[in-house]
Amino acid sequence: MNLALKDIRHGLFRFVLTCFGLGLLMTVVLSMIGIYNGLVADALAVVKAPAADVWVVESGTKGPFAEASNIPLTTRDAVARMPGVTEAGAINFQNIEAAHAGASLRLYVIGYEPGHPGGPQRIAEGRGIGTSHFELVADRKTGLLTGETIRLGRNRFIVVGLVEGAMNAGGDPAVYITLADAMALQTELDPAAQRVQAARGTVSVKSASVAAVIARLAPGADVELLTATVRQWKHLAALTQAEQEDILVSSVVDLARRQIGLFLGILLSVSAVVIALIIYTMTMEKLKQIATLKLIGAPDRTIIGLIVQQALILGASGWGIGLVLILTVKDYFPRRVVLEPFNVMVLAGIIFAVCIAASGLGVRAAMKVDPATALGS
Amino acid sequence: MTDGEILIDVKVAKHFGDGETRVDALRDVDLQVRAGEVIALLGPSGSGKTTLLNVIGCILAPSAGKVTLDGETVFDGQWLRRDLRRLRLDKIGFIFQTHNLLPFLTAEENVAVVLDLAGWSVEKGRARAGDLLGYLEVDHRAAAKPALLSGGEAQRVAIARALANRPRIILADEPTAALDGKRAGLVMDLLRKLAVEQEACIVTVTHDEKIFDRFDRLVHLRDGRLADA
Repeated sequence: MNLALKDIRHGLFRFVLTCFGLGLLMTVVLSMIGIYNGLVADALAVVKAPAADVWVVESGTKGPFAEASNIPLTTRDAVARMPGVTEAGAINFQNIEAAHAGASLRLYVIGYEPGHPGGPQRIAEGRGIGTSHFELVADRKTGLLTGETIRLGRNRFIVVGLVEGAMNAGGDPAVYITLADAMALQTELDPAAQRVQAARGTVSVKSASVAAVIARLAPGADVELLTATVRQWKHLAALTQAEQEDILVSSVVDLARRQIGLFLGILLSVSAVVIALIIYTMTMEKLKQIATLKLIGAPDRTIIGLIVQQALILGASGWGIGLVLILTVKDYFPRRVVLEPFNVMVLAGIIFAVCIAASGLGVRAAMKVDPATALGS
Repeated sequence: MTDGEILIDVKVAKHFGDGETRVDALRDVDLQVRAGEVIALLGPSGSGKTTLLNVIGCILAPSAGKVTLDGETVFDGQWLRRDLRRLRLDKIGFIFQTHNLLPFLTAEENVAVVLDLAGWSVEKGRARAGDLLGYLEVDHRAAAKPALLSGGEAQRVAIARALANRPRIILADEPTAALDGKRAGLVMDLLRKLAVEQEACIVTVTHDEKIFDRFDRLVHLRDGRLADA
């Protein structure tokens, strides 16, 4: 006779409600894990997208994401000619706010040279940029649709394709335009401002600088040797892909990551205390019944089984409900919620450990119960 | 007094605390109860009735003396059995003042749980529980949870549970306290019948004067001593 299941069935509504409450708590924990992962994944998305091996940036900077970087456009040709380099492309990044459908849309504009590295990896809908000007490939999260137009700076662009998962470390969705358009967007002044500059005698000159040059290497090429060679040019610095990713995680999103990580730690601690309290309270409510069981001859294993099984069922149900809820709602979060099977299993392990530990408190209380209390003495 | 074999033989003393705080709960109590006998432990509050019941029930260790239950000496200066719960399961049935049925089990399961603990198969346990409930005329409530049973029905289920594993010693703590006079009499008649049929003895702590005539012996305790037997 399984006393744990019989007891659960007896107070099913209350038990289900408790499981649901615990499930909601687990949803918050899982969402926080997902947000933490999402923050890191988002930060790395933009640096991983070009599938580069080497990033050539301005000397003395950790650009182009951690710091501003400006290097001559001609650097791309110099890098492309280096031994071991198969492809090189110049890229530019900037944040802008554009008006779309009556609302302000914050965009991360990536300028790249079509035919060179730096563009979108996989077009999910539509096509890539096919002309030199005024075409745009947008991330789906912008809400833009293929065929729509949007004004960026002084020009109107047509959306020709959509991609997924392209954004900057802040979560702003990316749009890809040609490098020429990106440089114009960066430097062209508003007509009124241009007239003022002209009246002052200053001439607006298009800058020929870009944020970085990315390079892909031939298989077997020595990355370290290449970066060392680039660094010999005094005005340039070179970072490997791994270094660039490390800068993003340990510098650009470090504070946010630590903030969420600390909050996650607090949340896990609170969850552990809540689970422990629920299980302990459940046990304390049964002390008279436990005393009766002891009096009529129930061995310790029966009483321990009653407490531990209920604790594990409660923990497993809470974890399951939490998982189902977060998988249902995660796509409605404004930023990405990335849940890895490993994280989910680690949480399951933590809940299991907490349930066992909390059961230990309950079991300790149950073992201390004097069977004589069942007699009312 | 019947001529049956002696099922309970206690010669014990029990005190709580030491020195100035010492309280002698039982002083040289010498009590024998035979098979088929139904006795009442009487006495004012603090006289040692519950302490004696707990000693016989192997819940409380005496400070000194010897306890023999159903022919087995279980205490002689110390417990001679390590697994006292198994001892209770095999030899002793308990009936409580407020029935103490497990609220999450049906009437039948409350009886069968004892047999489950004793290692009976599920089928045999259910059959035995059904027989006992039938014998106590409460089998029509077998599927009901304790909360849905009347006081008399719940007490009969509790008696069935106490008898489930065929113990020869039944200890009852105010078994009629929650019942009216008529039902109290019925319960005592039932216990007397069981004692005779199953060659068991029944030791009852009670204050209920209405049922004093249902006992073979009234054992009075005063200040931890047997005053009369």
